[in-house]
Amino acid sequence: MTVKDAGRAASADSLPPSGPPESAEFIQLLTPEGERVEHPDYPLDISAEQVRTLYRDLVLVRRIDFEAIALQRQGELGIWASLLGQEAAQVGSGRALEPEDMAFPTYREHGVAWCRGLDPVKLLELFRGVSHGGWDPREYNFHLYTIVIGSQTLHATGYAMGIQRDGLLGEDGEAVIVYFGDGATSQGDVNEAFIWASVTNAPVVFFCQNNQWAISEPLERQSRVPLYRRAQGFGFPGVRVDGNDVLACLAVTRKAMQAAREGQGPTLIEAFTYRMGAHTTTDDPTRYRLAAELETWKLKDPIERVKAYLVRNELADEKFFTDLDAESDQLGARIRRACQQMPDPSPLSIFDNVYAEPDALLEAEREQYAAYLETFEEAVR
Amino acid sequence: MTRLTLSKALNEGLRKALEDDPKVLIMGEDVGKLGGVFRVTDGLQKDFGEARVVDTPLAESGIVGTAIGLALRGYRPVCEIQFDGFVFPAFDQITTQLAKMRYRSRGLLSLPVVIRIPCGGGIGAVEHHSESPEALFTHTAGLRVVACGDPADAYAMIQLSVRSDDPVIFFEPKRRYWDRAEVDTSADLTAALPLHQARTVVSGTDATVLCYGPMVKTCAAAALAAEKEGRSLEVIDLRSLAPLDIETIVGSVRRTGRCVVAHEAPVTGALGAEIAARITEECFYQLEAPVLRVGAFSTPYPPSKLEEHYLPDLDRVLDAVDRTFGY
Repeated sequence: MTVKDAGRAASADSLPPSGPPESAEFIQLLTPEGERVEHPDYPLDISAEQVRTLYRDLVLVRRIDFEAIALQRQGELGIWASLLGQEAAQVGSGRALEPEDMAFPTYREHGVAWCRGLDPVKLLELFRGVSHGGWDPREYNFHLYTIVIGSQTLHATGYAMGIQRDGLLGEDGEAVIVYFGDGATSQGDVNEAFIWASVTNAPVVFFCQNNQWAISEPLERQSRVPLYRRAQGFGFPGVRVDGNDVLACLAVTRKAMQAAREGQGPTLIEAFTYRMGAHTTTDDPTRYRLAAELETWKLKDPIERVKAYLVRNELADEKFFTDLDAESDQLGARIRRACQQMPDPSPLSIFDNVYAEPDALLEAEREQYAAYLETFEEAVR
Repeated sequence: MTRLTLSKALNEGLRKALEDDPKVLIMGEDVGKLGGVFRVTDGLQKDFGEARVVDTPLAESGIVGTAIGLALRGYRPVCEIQFDGFVFPAFDQITTQLAKMRYRSRGLLSLPVVIRIPCGGGIGAVEHHSESPEALFTHTAGLRVVACGDPADAYAMIQLSVRSDDPVIFFEPKRRYWDRAEVDTSADLTAALPLHQARTVVSGTDATVLCYGPMVKTCAAAALAAEKEGRSLEVIDLRSLAPLDIETIVGSVRRTGRCVVAHEAPVTGALGAEIAARITEECFYQLEAPVLRVGAFSTPYPPSKLEEHYLPDLDRVLDAVDRTFGY
């Protein structure tokens, strides 16, 4: 008996964490074939216009990702974390937010950033190495990308505790959503955030994109139970949604956010999806997973099913798709141009914004380095 | 003027901070009903309510991580870490998140969070209850690190720390919690010594002794003892460990030509090493002897029956002073 088998025998009654999701506990409103289905708990009244808008989001977000990967390959970016395959989870949840809601992302939430109105060019700054974050989080209610896995779940929970103290709960209240991955659920911080949110009944939605892989480690290395079931042990609801279904992600997130806003406390949403690309551009998934797995998930593509739905029901004409292609090309061109033209920061900006108040030792270092740089300029002269 | 213990002075300072700004919160383990294991927050929850003086779940990373979120929302949390040795679960949030937020947001986000840490030994405690981890924080850019040494200073310093827009790690010498001194709680805070200025506790001419936190009292006593032997020591309470008040340090050492740095932390890689290097650079031609360090041995903290040997005391400070005269 191997060590792995021993563990399995000991927890024979537990469910496999991945594998085919059970239908009753798997929220889906649009099948991979593009067929609209109803779920009694998640009625969704959505117009053709709104579905087309979501489709546009999905297509453009994938284009941003495509361009960024290409820019990395061309040496314009140091690294890029692709969202390929996770567009529906991000656009569905992102479009479920109200402007005053606050979102805390990981470093892969380019689709949520898009929904928050952030110019994708700003996302590139971090990956090009010209800043640690190119936007004002307060302007977009979208926090900076957090790279240390799971840290932001506590920030989101604390922020939600602030909303409680501000007295802003109610039908028109505010709530927080925090993104993290399947690997992050093993982090202490994520579990502490679950505890804090639970005992304080904080208005926060934990949105876990289970993309099946934490770099090279499959979900089985993180959990013996489906992730959404973890919530039960912490004392709040957990749901598993088809993360490749933009409509289901929209409906499930909307409901959880509304519950949070109204003071009903946190929800864990497990968006069951798949990381179709590499972890980042430095990763090589062929070393640890089979190509066949990717092929299976391609059949569940988050964009194709919306297209099939629109075409089959004649909700979008040819012109809609060709116009969108053109818009996508324009966006791609703009991103490429803006990235290539992004100036390097000045060397002395290293010393900026370490403290709110001036720091004499740091100022001395700045002056010394400025003088040192000056000697090179004099030498050139 | 009232005579207060250091613990009570901190309590009064926190009370004032809570009164002055409705955004100030206190959070930590047992800080509410119990008033903290050292009673520093005694009575505050009763007067300011459970939403402002928060008994948190028992997890240090959670305390600091949620404090960061509250600060992003406009609050000014004061976190209590129950003992020095328990700060490490929060070390990740402090160093990767709290310290860096202003920098990584290019100055857009402030995190006015204070983390109070009872520190140091000398109370006969079990392991993990007597440590001096300040160098781990002074090495981290973006944090302000301070240590109070007496009640009057503690009262002002905690309030100044709460008002700081930078995160502050606030060390409290736990073996001095019950020391009493006069504290003027009616004094205007704007007239107080700024948070990042060192304070000359004893003026002298023959050698400079730099110290902070629990060692301030020890070094002041050492100066008295030295005076009887005809040696005039200048004792400086650094107060701020990051940033260091180099001007005051250098001003004194240039006059005396000799310097001893005393702290409870083990000497290897500690603050004394940083200070010695700075003094060597700034006072090379005035130095009569190398800067000597007095601290704990470079070992883990020993069982408490041995702590008298482990912690630097008056005699070890004077021994180091003597050695500076041997060059």
